[in-house]
Amino acid sequence: MASLKDLRNRIASVKATRKITKAMQMVAAAKLRRAQEAAVAARPYSERMAVVLANLAGAVAGQSGAPALLAGTGKDQTHLLVICTAERGLCGGFNSSIARLAREHAERLIAQGKTVKMMTVGKKGNDALKRVYGKHIVEAVDFRGQKAVRYDNATGVGATIIRMFNEGAFDVCTIFFAEFKSVISQKPTALQMIPAAVAGGVAADLGGAVYEAEPDEGEILTDLLPRNISIQVFRALLENAASEQGARMSAMDNATRNAGDMINKLSIKYNRQRQAQITKELIEIISGAEAL
Amino acid sequence: MAGLHFELVSPAKLLFSGDVASVTLPGTEGEMTILPMHAPVLATLRPGIVTVMKDGGATDKMFVRGGFAEVNAKGLTVLAETAIAMADLDASAMNAQIKSAEDEIAEAKDDETKRRANENLDHLKSLQAAI
Repeated sequence: MASLKDLRNRIASVKATRKITKAMQMVAAAKLRRAQEAAVAARPYSERMAVVLANLAGAVAGQSGAPALLAGTGKDQTHLLVICTAERGLCGGFNSSIARLAREHAERLIAQGKTVKMMTVGKKGNDALKRVYGKHIVEAVDFRGQKAVRYDNATGVGATIIRMFNEGAFDVCTIFFAEFKSVISQKPTALQMIPAAVAGGVAADLGGAVYEAEPDEGEILTDLLPRNISIQVFRALLENAASEQGARMSAMDNATRNAGDMINKLSIKYNRQRQAQITKELIEIISGAEAL
Repeated sequence: MAGLHFELVSPAKLLFSGDVASVTLPGTEGEMTILPMHAPVLATLRPGIVTVMKDGGATDKMFVRGGFAEVNAKGLTVLAETAIAMADLDASAMNAQIKSAEDEIAEAKDDETKRRANENLDHLKSLQAAI
């Protein structure tokens, strides 16, 4: 049985832990607000982009000269999985749930006899996947030491993806990230980027009118499609940043509560033991006095 | 007549949204002014100034770089990678833009992208002189 001193030390250490997790929770809450604002601010751009792209895609659909980024290479043999995770842990199941989704996806593709390549964005995803899929990982990007997601980060990743695509390194590209639903719910999501999965319903709001394009449609598309990749990566990174902070906040909230419970239990134990010891000493003194 | 619904969006935020009288855009193939009820158009933009003419005749100027404009029945949408209100644009911001344009030239692989990047840099430099 632990001595009183051991118990005292234990309580002190759990108290210190609770202080840290409490601080981390508050930091995450502050960061979450900023990350959430950034994610919301970026939404109009990607939404408009999707509409424009859908309209354009409708215009060139069926033409043979459609760019490969839109129409695909005509094969689906090699898949590139872009897995976006956080740089840091201690955020509950955030990183592992994204990694798990990517792993399931990869397993399914491998079972179908496809070739799988992976690109990890963020250190934790790389850590989680490199042991099993080490030889599949072709690129690993991380943004360690950066405070916030910047658009240039996304363009860098986008440029790498497009370069690999132009070199014929893969046919289909899917990005994995956690969509920010709310502070307590982040949904790991897989999104196909190449060939561009265009939502059919959006094109309708043009009312049947045909665009005049300046310069021509093909040229605009070649300009637009790479940009669209960067935008999607950017959006994934922003959603991820918000999700990460949300996940960390609830994980740290849990940890703080657990530490509190533990302190309560340990204190009760400590007090009982102290009382027992006092009683024991009293009995010893009394029986000693009686013996005289 | 109904005004033109104009929206200027950058990845960071929605910079402008509202009804205006007209908008002048720096198109790749020349300046163009969009009035209400314009036919649907898609155009790429070169670095330059977007001038917004409001209903009362007041103008608003914004610097954009790397983007395109879309006109449809609902109005005009400009999607720009970089968009800065003229009031916030100063020499140092301009220098940063020129620096990144120069990087683009350095990175350009084929002649066509290089030519375009060069063109963009020229536009930026002439804008810098104008400030």
